[in-house]
Amino acid sequence: QSTLIIAEHDNKGLNPITQNALTAAKKIGGEISVLVAGTKCGPAAEALAKANGLSKILIAESDAFNGFTAESLTPLIISTQKQFNYTHIIAGASAFGKALLPRVAAKLDVSPVSDVIGIKSPDTFVRSIYAGNAIQTMKANDPIKIISVRGTSFEADKLEGGSAKTETVPTDGCATDMTVFVGQQLSKSDRPELTSAKVVVSGGRGLKSGDNFKLLYDLADKLNAAVGASRAAVDAGFVPNDLQVGQTGKIVAPDLYIAVGISGAIQHLAGMKDSKTIVAINKDPEAPIFQVADYGLVADLFKAVPELTSKLS
Amino acid sequence: MARVLVGVKRVIDYAVKIRVKPDKTGVVTDGVKHSMNPFDEIAVEEAVRMKEKKLASEIIAVSCGPTQAQDVIRTALAMGVDKGIHVEVSGAEYETLQPIHVSKILAKLTEKEKADMIIVGKQAIDDDSNQTAQMTAAALDWPQATFASKIENGDKEITVTREVDGGLETIKCKLPAVISADLRLNEPRYATLPNIMKAKKKPITKMTPKDLGVDVSPRITVVSVEDPPVRQAGAILPDVDALVGKLKEGGHI
Repeated sequence: QSTLIIAEHDNKGLNPITQNALTAAKKIGGEISVLVAGTKCGPAAEALAKANGLSKILIAESDAFNGFTAESLTPLIISTQKQFNYTHIIAGASAFGKALLPRVAAKLDVSPVSDVIGIKSPDTFVRSIYAGNAIQTMKANDPIKIISVRGTSFEADKLEGGSAKTETVPTDGCATDMTVFVGQQLSKSDRPELTSAKVVVSGGRGLKSGDNFKLLYDLADKLNAAVGASRAAVDAGFVPNDLQVGQTGKIVAPDLYIAVGISGAIQHLAGMKDSKTIVAINKDPEAPIFQVADYGLVADLFKAVPELTSKLS
Repeated sequence: MARVLVGVKRVIDYAVKIRVKPDKTGVVTDGVKHSMNPFDEIAVEEAVRMKEKKLASEIIAVSCGPTQAQDVIRTALAMGVDKGIHVEVSGAEYETLQPIHVSKILAKLTEKEKADMIIVGKQAIDDDSNQTAQMTAAALDWPQATFASKIENGDKEITVTREVDGGLETIKCKLPAVISADLRLNEPRYATLPNIMKAKKKPITKMTPKDLGVDVSPRITVVSVEDPPVRQAGAILPDVDALVGKLKEGGHI
């Protein structure tokens, strides 16, 4: 039994979801290797080399991996799989992992398992269905298991105590003109990253405008929190899509989640109900968010939020 | 002009509260309202807009499932799709039908119908798998434009804006290609009554996976389907001071 983890990174550094994937791989057991593929991915590979329990780190560098397209990475993973015969291939259930793993799985004629939240045994996995309203335990019967794991369901590996050896893998046949990466417009923020933040402050349609999100940014800065949003707030154009928390957005599970002006549609709850403590501020006492909140405040957010911010010194 | 294949899945309506069966084999579907998967509606809408802009010549909607799958094909036809294909899969086979099977069916039909673009929703809101587009693209060895929030059609390629974790990303894909529709690609239209009437006359061809040479034998065994852990509602607090107190108590501040 052996596992290949597909590292997610931006060449300069490792994406933390790779650390969650590493914990999941350790839970499965057996030998673990990590594939780091990029244009110049030395720093990302170095960060990983410190992790204990890794048998090797495979490095694949080529301009073909500019933009990390599934079309260029799939042939690399297939050839690596042919060489080492892994029983498991794992990545984080991020936009990257979700786009890539099913393509790899189809090429290997394997039915992949998406967004795994628990590992019962090397072939039995737990995942949420219907936006988290049901929990399915299933046994994967294909000889190779290809799974993406939800970051918040597995602790981040500390990347300590090890010194894995690295090995270069060939990148022949990876260059493709099928899909060309043109560019990206990433949201810049000094606040913690949404999916790994200890505190998240989220706003919904109740904020009424994008400008009013400033109230939440002020509160977030006091709490060293990330800022999220409901689908309604994103659809209304208040904030960009990458802030969306929910079934089709990001899944978060911070120590503290403060929902402001969010009614609590099931699709939103799917993205945050594993948070340890939930606070809801909403003027509608009937809002479903109060049914999952540990602490509710039935109040006008335009008064309550500035008051809360000022009282947190 | 492109011949576009769209995938439409019949799922429990997004507004219905799911109930898990007492024997833990699945969720209750009998007597429950079903609709077209919302992401597939967005896929259909995008294809119909391409046809209206004369970028697409014909649109074919495919649904895999029991007899009732034809309901969502009819909805697609009423939205402006030209013809439907119902691939009948029912009973135990349908319970374990997965994106790997559906993608093989879509790939076969794409060859048969000489389609050069496939648009599907990025995920179905029942199994939340998010796999079909990627696997169909792999089966055909076509490019994949996943999580699309904007598509610009060129002659031999499409430029697609994708919703990714950090924001947005732009890629160019050579045609033919597979696209998966994200939430903000468009707002689907409602079918009007005259169009619903017209849709009744549009053709739906029926076939089976076997007719297409696709093996739908199960790849997974469902061990159990259970209710998620219930979160107890907590306390409604009188004012901000009480909240600050609780946050201090919990060690959050």
